[in-house]
Amino acid sequence: MLGFFRRTPRPDTSAGAARDRLQILLAHERSGRTSPEVLPLIQRDILEVIKKHMRISDDSVDITVEPGDDFSTLEINIELPGTSGARRGIPN
Amino acid sequence: MSKIIVVTSGKGGVGKTTSTAAIGAGLAMRGKSTCVIDFDVGLRNLDMIMGCERRVVFDFINVIQGEARLNQALIKDRRLENLSILPASQTRDKDALTKEGVEKVLNELREQFDYIVCDSPAGIERGAQLAMHFADEAIVVTNPEVSSVRDSDRVLGLLSSKTHRAETGQDPIKPHLLLTRYDTARVAKGEMMPLEDVLEILAIPLLGIVPESPAVLRASNVGTPVVLEGKSPAASAYEDAVSRLMGEQIEMRVQRPERPGLLSRLMRREA
Ligand SMILES: Nc1ncnc2c1ncn2[C@@H]1O[C@H](COP(=O)(O)OP(=O)(O)O)[C@@H](O)[C@H]1O
Ligand SMILES: [Mg+2]
Repeated sequence: MLGFFRRTPRPDTSAGAARDRLQILLAHERSGRTSPEVLPLIQRDILEVIKKHMRISDDSVDITVEPGDDFSTLEINIELPGTSGARRGIPN
Repeated sequence: MSKIIVVTSGKGGVGKTTSTAAIGAGLAMRGKSTCVIDFDVGLRNLDMIMGCERRVVFDFINVIQGEARLNQALIKDRRLENLSILPASQTRDKDALTKEGVEKVLNELREQFDYIVCDSPAGIERGAQLAMHFADEAIVVTNPEVSSVRDSDRVLGLLSSKTHRAETGQDPIKPHLLLTRYDTARVAKGEMMPLEDVLEILAIPLLGIVPESPAVLRASNVGTPVVLEGKSPAASAYEDAVSRLMGEQIEMRVQRPERPGLLSRLMRREA
């Protein structure tokens, strides 16, 4: 199973794109099995915090977990109006 | 006046989600503000087929339970500005979907959208019945295959008896037949029921014939509705179906499946 997640990405074909998308989504969903809805909750909280200070749209926070060997990475993408977007990697 | 359209079939795997994405995108391409909704609580897939699975924050159930506003849960498509997606919940219990909750959300959607396209889960249980309950029209997705036709017939029975329109004595839900995964070569060989047979059995107006097409898998791989994935027989068939749904009279064409060498064979015949 792990081998499936470690192969190098081949996004140049549509089948490669399918595999990459599934890797990301399933890692996200499997990690959620212990605490089912924590990512949407984090996402909502981040959205709320940013909204206190600036106008952003409700779908501008994107959050994913990338599983790694020793630790997983929580990746949060925040799209700000008129900028190319902010990016933070927080190891957990 | 906004229209609620349910995409339904009874049987699973016949092409409901593919058709919801393609028809939703097709309506948006024609300038109609459109929302596609996933009713498959626990097994959501419309977000993947639409390519917005990483942008889901809130879902249908969150809105029903008052944990989020509708506009927080709606995901705006990045390709078509008048297309939005309301995702299903992946983790909640199916029972969180209540008739009152569904009605409230649909009424709110009616204020913003011309078309609301509901992707039904497989089966004829609660989820499928809720997806069809408040519909004005139904797209019955059917494969030319015995169990699919039988299930479609069953679904037609439910549409005309167990829905809001039926229960309140309004005009019945308008059914449309969408025949999908149609393979003209196999029909020619007598291996697959022809269109005429399915039409005769189900006896509802035909919305379109979508051929078996490799473009459908290609489009789902990359998360793009097939009508936005370049020219293909499936895309043309869905575009025609959308025109008919909008009330245009369009001649019914059976799109030829793409086969390698077809062009060269045609050229040879011309020569
Ligand atoms: N016209 C078609 N040609 C080829 N494959 C198709 C076609 N329509 C659907 N499929 C494939 O059939 C499978 C089921 O489709 P899906 O839309 O998920 O059905 P449902 O939502 O009814 O379960 C998918 O793998 C999809 O790619
Ligand atoms: Mg489906």
